[in-house]
Amino acid sequence: MKKENKVKQAQTLKKVLTYIKSYRIFLVFSLLFAVVTVAATLYIPVLTGEVIDHILAPGQVEFAVIMGLLQRMALVIGLTALAQWLMNVCNNKITYEVVQDIRREAFAKIEILPLKFIDGHSHGELVSRVIADVDQFADGLLMGFSQLFTGVVTILGTLLFMVSINFKITLVVVLVTPVSLFVAGFIAKRTFSMFMLQSTTRGEQTALINEMIENQKVVQAFSKEEDVLEKFDEINQRLEKASLQATFFSSLTNPGTRFVNSLVYTGVALVGALFAMSAGSAFSVGQLTCFLSYANQYTKPFNEISGVVTELQNALACAGRIFALIEEEPQTAEPQNAEVLANVKGNVSSEHVYFSYSPEKKLIEDFSLQVKPGQRVAIVGPTGCGKTTIINLLMRFYDVDSGSIQVEGADIRKVTRRSLRESYGMVLQETWLKTGTIRENLKMGKPNASDQEMIEAAKAAHAHSFIKRLPQGYDTVIGEEGGSLSAGQKQLLCIARVMLCLPPMLILDEATSSIDTRTEMKIQNAFAKMMEGRTSFIVAHRLSTIQEADIILVMKDGHILEQGNHEKLLAQGGFYAQLYNSQFAV
Amino acid sequence: MKSLLIFLKNYKKECVLAPLFKMLEASFELIVPLVVSAIIDVGIVNRDRGYIVKMCMVMVALGLIGLICSVTAQYFAAKAAAGFGTKVRHQLFAHIQTFSFSEIDKAGTATLITRMTSDINQVQSGVNMVLRLFLRSPFIVFGAMVMAFTIDLKAALIFVVTIPLLSLVVFGVMAVSIPLYRKVQERLDKVLGITRENLTGARVIRAFHKEEEEKNRFEDGLESLTSMQTYVGKISAFLNPVTYVIINAATIVLLHTGAVQVNIGNLTQGEVVALVNYMSQILVELIKLANLIITITKAYACGNRVASILEIRSSMPVSRTAAGNDNDKEQEMSRETEKQSIPMVQFSHVGLTYQGSGAESLSDIDFSVQEGETVGIIGGTGSGKTSLVHLIPRFYDVTKGEVLICGKNVKDYPLEELRQRVGIVMQKAVLFSGTIRQNLCWGKADATEEELYQALETAQAKEVVEGKEGKLEANVEQGGKNFSGGQRQRLTIARALVRKPQILILDDSASALDYATDARLRKAIREMEGCPTVFIVSQRTSSIQHADKIIVLDDGEIAGIGTHDNLLENCQVYREIYQSQYKKEA
Repeated sequence: MKKENKVKQAQTLKKVLTYIKSYRIFLVFSLLFAVVTVAATLYIPVLTGEVIDHILAPGQVEFAVIMGLLQRMALVIGLTALAQWLMNVCNNKITYEVVQDIRREAFAKIEILPLKFIDGHSHGELVSRVIADVDQFADGLLMGFSQLFTGVVTILGTLLFMVSINFKITLVVVLVTPVSLFVAGFIAKRTFSMFMLQSTTRGEQTALINEMIENQKVVQAFSKEEDVLEKFDEINQRLEKASLQATFFSSLTNPGTRFVNSLVYTGVALVGALFAMSAGSAFSVGQLTCFLSYANQYTKPFNEISGVVTELQNALACAGRIFALIEEEPQTAEPQNAEVLANVKGNVSSEHVYFSYSPEKKLIEDFSLQVKPGQRVAIVGPTGCGKTTIINLLMRFYDVDSGSIQVEGADIRKVTRRSLRESYGMVLQETWLKTGTIRENLKMGKPNASDQEMIEAAKAAHAHSFIKRLPQGYDTVIGEEGGSLSAGQKQLLCIARVMLCLPPMLILDEATSSIDTRTEMKIQNAFAKMMEGRTSFIVAHRLSTIQEADIILVMKDGHILEQGNHEKLLAQGGFYAQLYNSQFAV
Repeated sequence: MKSLLIFLKNYKKECVLAPLFKMLEASFELIVPLVVSAIIDVGIVNRDRGYIVKMCMVMVALGLIGLICSVTAQYFAAKAAAGFGTKVRHQLFAHIQTFSFSEIDKAGTATLITRMTSDINQVQSGVNMVLRLFLRSPFIVFGAMVMAFTIDLKAALIFVVTIPLLSLVVFGVMAVSIPLYRKVQERLDKVLGITRENLTGARVIRAFHKEEEEKNRFEDGLESLTSMQTYVGKISAFLNPVTYVIINAATIVLLHTGAVQVNIGNLTQGEVVALVNYMSQILVELIKLANLIITITKAYACGNRVASILEIRSSMPVSRTAAGNDNDKEQEMSRETEKQSIPMVQFSHVGLTYQGSGAESLSDIDFSVQEGETVGIIGGTGSGKTSLVHLIPRFYDVTKGEVLICGKNVKDYPLEELRQRVGIVMQKAVLFSGTIRQNLCWGKADATEEELYQALETAQAKEVVEGKEGKLEANVEQGGKNFSGGQRQRLTIARALVRKPQILILDDSASALDYATDARLRKAIREMEGCPTVFIVSQRTSSIQHADKIIVLDDGEIAGIGTHDNLLENCQVYREIYQSQYKKEA
């Protein structure tokens, strides 16, 4: 299991590297500047030490030497600052560009994923992969990497500088530092479980908050406010405890390591001072100050590294999730010689179609249908009977398992998706509008339509009068998912959208369920006009629509039970007859 | 934000002690350079081994005391923060429970949930950080300067110049970049929005073959995000190099001044070392302070948002439990005697204007309903059907006229008692996570098995329960996701029936049921024991045509009241609705 994980991590890392590849020049420069920065930073204390060695006592100050040293210091400082800035710029460049590349690819994949994948995954979770995971990945992996790199270089550099000055004191530093690591590690291990407890408790509470506040009206209708508050408080109390523990213990890391650092510092001061006082020693006061400042710098990366490692692992996990999305199998590609459906008259047929969403549950079996131009097909059945399945197949949102669906005699798998879908006008039960102006939404199917045409379509869909009353008319910006519009208004817009492009075939899914009956009646007329001479598939609830249909598909539990026209089905005395009679049975 | 601070009132002690101990720790830290300077000037110069060892012991002691102070401070800070967070969370949740429907509509559930969760978490960690660091960092910065003054006036003046300069750079960069980061967030939100839209709208986007266009839109958003990120990155990239230059330039000046001062005998070598040490302490703390300020600004903004929710006063200030008991009994008696004459529900010239909307949503609604009657309410979208029935359990207060139940104004009932009498099934069928039994028991906490099954049977939901593994104990996922729309609707109806309400309101709650089930449901309700007064809101004439009384609403006004037959004759609106649904039969 663990090994598997490691292999997986290595694979992820490899993929990450391919993304960075195009920016390798920046990476090389970034590393180079990091080394320069660290080296120069470490050189400053040496210079400071030397200066101090030339400031001994009254009258014993060698100004000439000091001035030289100070000049050199100024130079080194300038160099460090420059290198540091360039390193930052390189890192930013790599991070932001890689993030952009990954997001672009992920989004492109979303556009070609099979609907099956999109329907089967929580949208929130997919969004968080593209947004939060990518950010986390960038922060953790790229920033973490540069932190890790500078950290290691600093440690090595410091060691090198220290050894070059005095080996024995270096030993003191090296021996005491692990204590700091140990302390940090110890605390981290202990706090991990506390953080877990805190986050699970928090999760529990958030779930409750979500559920109750979203449905506050039901809570109030049943006067359950106090019970809910009680339940909330119980979790809240647990959260307080968990939160106190987690916060407190995790906040011990800083004082703990700071204390160990002060031990290192003292150790250096002690040994260094003893060296410096012994007669004839080569160890000077200046070198002691230099060492003291190293003692501070040396321990710092150690403390950071332990944090960086967990962050790196977390980042890899995030990267893994994004790559899983990017590498997801796309919808079947169109064949090379895919035809473009043209001159669609409205001949649709299906032959021996078998389809199911999952192999265990068979749904559509041996379904054959012949629809001639201008015919109406009503799909009827109780809610949840799988009426949308038919739409999914017709529009080729899903592919049939076997058999075939044909438009104008051409298998829809052999024509371009674009030309197939262009042949249909679709109004779904779930009204979906994109963020943007009303105009943009209406012209979605026909971007080059004139305003005149657009207004005509809106009038035909009885949407013009309410659009006119909106603050900016057709230029009113509607928020995500239609924002402030009512369900009925959204549906009118969806209808107008189809009215504008008027394709040869129509798919209407309970299209008018949220529109009041009087408007609906007017729309019915518009619909009737629209359907004239057009092959249409209607998920129907209204008796009149059903009766007028040329073919009625009766569905239940995902299966197609009966097929035929109204009279024939009534005469059959099956499920349809039962449905029909129940309407007047009371 | 200020108003939230009262929740710290129980933690006064902690709020004083935490920063106090932090300052103590900081002061010990400030003494260290002095000790080092003493080691150099006294220990090394006089070759006094004993003195050096003694001073090192002092340093260890300082470190140890610092550790203890710091741990104490962290504890108090964590305790105050966790306690504060818990109190605010409780208060806010309890406060939201008192909201009437008007306030919930106004604030929006998504907002309320964010306030309850991430906003409060931010404030909590803000409080924690402030208690820990807000005094410490400035204290060290100014402490270092003060210490410099105790050593040498001239050298101290360098500090006086450096500190404001550094502050200017650190806070200047922050002042510029914080608003820019907000812009980055806005652009990220846009990218997020497009991603989510392309998942929820996948069908429509593909139906209109807008994939390429969407990709371009995403690319635009992505590029504007990256360019903003790069821009901010460039500015922040200056922070480190510039502060580095300033602090080291100051060190150079300090060394030079030190050299001069030592030369004339005003300073010792050790004192110069101490001054250099103080200088480097300043930088570390200033950076910490900058980060702290970012946390605080965030926390402050979150705090204000939380406070703004707490400031919303419920527009229904009547206490939920306080009962006018005597009055009530009287009412009970009178109800018994005058059962026939006093209507169960009476609307007397009722008008309703929603908060923040100009026009009346209901105007001059006047009707009465006798006990046991079934009332159908029909009308177009936005005609006020739901608004009307929501007035019965007093989800909203009327703005004109009055609503009477058993002859008593609903405002004179304790809310809980009022809602006990009314069972309402809302349009959106909501179940809560738990078991089916737990959900049904919302209607009546101590309902027996028999009562539950009776309700289920009436609601046509028995088969739903029986089809689930575990029957009544079957698991319900959050939002009832593991049930279909129709199943959820039937269960919510059962939930309302369990309490055997005097008044039952079905607000378009059979919309997902097929005609047959809908008809059986209505029949079962009519045959229920206790003969509740029933309100059925529907779009379908078939659902209400057999009601004792049908109220036809049109644009917030009553367009007609009567039975099916006489409405058909006299009411134009009703006739239109009916005909639109039964075109053929009419």
